[in-house]
Amino acid sequence: MRREAVIIGAGPAGMRAALTLADAGLRPLVIDEACRSGGQIYRRPPSSLRRKAEVLYGFEAKRAKALHEAFDALGDRIEYWPETVVWNVHGDRLHLLVGGQSTSISWLNLILAPGAMDRVIPFEGWTLPGVYTLGAAQIALKSQACAIGERVVLFGSGPLLYLVAWQYVAAGVDIAAVLDTARAGAGFKALPGLARGGYTFLKGVYYVAALRARGVRIISGIRPLAALSGPDAAVAGFVYRDHRGHERRIACDAIGFGYGLRSEIQLAELAGLSLAYDEVQRQWIPVGDKFGGDSGGIYLAGDGMRVRGAEIAELTGKQAALRLLANLGRNEYRSQLATIEASLHRAEAFRRALECAFPFPAHLAQELPDNVVVCRCEGVTIGALRDAVRACDVSDINRVKAFTRLGMGRCQGRVCSAAAAEIIAAAAGVRPQAVGHLRGQPPVKPVALGALAEGTAP
Amino acid sequence: MRPFDVAVIGGGIAGCSAALHLRQRGASVVLLERGQCGTQASGVNYGGVRQQGRHEAELPLSQRSRAIWARLPELVDSDCEFVVTGHIKLARSDRDMAELEAYAHKAAAHGVTLELIGNKKLRDRYPWLGMSVVGGSFCADDGQANPRLVTPALARAARAMGANIRQSSAVVNAVHRGNGFELLLDSGGTVRSRALINSAGAWGATIAAMFGEDVPEEVMAPNMCVTGPVPYFIEPNLGVVGGDIYIRQIPRGNVIFGSGLGEADRAAIRAFPSPDVTTDAARLAVALVPRLAHAQLIRTWSGIEGRMPDGLPVLGLSSTTPGLVHGFGFSGHGFQLGLAVGAVLAELALDGEPKTPIGEFAIARFLDRQSTRPNGTKPIPSKAIEEAKHA
Repeated sequence: MRREAVIIGAGPAGMRAALTLADAGLRPLVIDEACRSGGQIYRRPPSSLRRKAEVLYGFEAKRAKALHEAFDALGDRIEYWPETVVWNVHGDRLHLLVGGQSTSISWLNLILAPGAMDRVIPFEGWTLPGVYTLGAAQIALKSQACAIGERVVLFGSGPLLYLVAWQYVAAGVDIAAVLDTARAGAGFKALPGLARGGYTFLKGVYYVAALRARGVRIISGIRPLAALSGPDAAVAGFVYRDHRGHERRIACDAIGFGYGLRSEIQLAELAGLSLAYDEVQRQWIPVGDKFGGDSGGIYLAGDGMRVRGAEIAELTGKQAALRLLANLGRNEYRSQLATIEASLHRAEAFRRALECAFPFPAHLAQELPDNVVVCRCEGVTIGALRDAVRACDVSDINRVKAFTRLGMGRCQGRVCSAAAAEIIAAAAGVRPQAVGHLRGQPPVKPVALGALAEGTAP
Repeated sequence: MRPFDVAVIGGGIAGCSAALHLRQRGASVVLLERGQCGTQASGVNYGGVRQQGRHEAELPLSQRSRAIWARLPELVDSDCEFVVTGHIKLARSDRDMAELEAYAHKAAAHGVTLELIGNKKLRDRYPWLGMSVVGGSFCADDGQANPRLVTPALARAARAMGANIRQSSAVVNAVHRGNGFELLLDSGGTVRSRALINSAGAWGATIAAMFGEDVPEEVMAPNMCVTGPVPYFIEPNLGVVGGDIYIRQIPRGNVIFGSGLGEADRAAIRAFPSPDVTTDAARLAVALVPRLAHAQLIRTWSGIEGRMPDGLPVLGLSSTTPGLVHGFGFSGHGFQLGLAVGAVLAELALDGEPKTPIGEFAIARFLDRQSTRPNGTKPIPSKAIEEAKHA
């Protein structure tokens, strides 16, 4: 049996798509890796942990609460498989691990809303215990009510830096410093007038002010140098260079860092969509046709199509569902579709301004010393990448992968490829898009051989 | 411009080894590779370096290759992770075991020593083997290597010796004219040579057809899998009678295994692993080595390989065109052979005859089956063909 509509991901995009399809009388199957719906941004703690939406989501509490309640109320009107990993899309089949057991299903229409993950630029010591991405730091707090440490340094760039800092401070964690790799005057202040009126801008300004009011040190224009390890081989401090060029040390027992987000693109690629390089975000994103997918019944939604945040994710989730309905001949949804597309158009303008205000600091990757590990799965150093470029005269990231093992490990390059592409491009003297992207290879996430061996027939 | 002594079409392991051997003989060489050297079957295969289990006709070539593998560091300045771990072929029934015994006899006649191991001794040595295994045959001289490294290293070494290695350079037409060959490239340029080596792998038949030799070459895409690192315990390269699963582990812990075929698209030059075949492969791997149930599959891949109907390669002089030499269609087991194939191709191009017997691989066997089979050779049994397709 081919299922009429399958949605991958139960974040804001996937949830909104499910609601829209259910309203139209379809009964979509929603597949999600987490044990509860919400995605990363609206992630919920396990039901045994009761915490208020205001504490979890801050400014987004109302929106998050409304979406959660509506989704939970769907009950039998959708089919919902939590804790399910999609490890491959092959033709019209999805290969799954449902509760650790492998199986496969077929689809007629597929909405891909797999979301995004942290974008990482390595630094010396980033593989030490106690170093987390900003997203992981936030998940620990939202999902488990845990902080990553008792005295925490947060650094990087982008709006998430200040949001996580504010959430940690509000949770009572000692934030040793918030270090921004962008120069003062960049970021929120640099947003053009159009975006300054925007909601995201107001939130950003609020977080910065609230942090300062609590006495949190915020320093901009820094360059990360190293995480220091203590006697237990875990993080004991952080070294950076300030904008005047002085080396500074801060004692801490945990570090959270990140440089915005990157789209989860492997499923789209395995489903046969081509990828294009987005020059503003400096990353590869799937290309849909004008209907947001290809004519083969694939629709893209949320941060997995391009990182634009939760508000737009929800809109694109609805858009994908409406397009699916329109393609099924449900013409009564075409006017709603036009309305959504107009709102998207407006939101898009703010978002592009935000992207330009928080550019990916590629130079930080390009200038890293040779001894820093870039691919932690396979232990590949930056020097090894540069050697391969020089000795083998290559600039294609897949060739560098073949020679060095870059991106061959369990994360399939999802963590290292953003920085690796910049390092290879700089070493080869080409633009990062000329380096290409690591080809997606199934499985998208690791699968135990035993689970495959004992899988159920479709 | 003066013609090259030899032009090589195809930068797989055979073509790159040929370029290197031609330069060792002092011939001028141009190698034309449509993509990058070693990106199809030569670069994405399993990495088995074994003589055991080969068709008897391949054993002399395989032995010659094994000697070159041992000299890899001096040839290309890297061992390409070639390790002599031994290769054990496992029997899962008494019939399988009888087959291993019969093969060991034949191999001995060629000077390949195989140690037959009974069930008890096998379990003493390899206590981690699954219960389906009843015995095995061990070739201490065999091993494994990293296929991603070997062919590019050969290409680099050949280039360092003066070979003209042209990547991203596809041959769109080739003709024999006067005393040599004229190759038309996709860039619009032409290359002239006195001799021509066709080592174009899955596209070898396309080149052969340009010289009136139509052979039935199909494509195959071996379905390959690798796990994340687990503690090192599988030292030998593992195969089975029937060839439906093959497993090796590298010292850093990853377990590489393969089984069956993925999907090959010769026109798009892409091959895709099949999730169903991957699932079967996991089942077979866990049955053979139960401890692998806890290993995590992290990646699957495939590449395009040419396959001949009898599972043996086309290797030898053209039957229509003087100076043309073929070496393609290795049917899924050309990696170990590749080094010696390069040496043989060089000999054929320069001397017109090889130092190693290759009579059974003549292209003529597909052109006129009855009349061209050399006297005294027997038709190849179909079982051997089945096995040759695997591992």
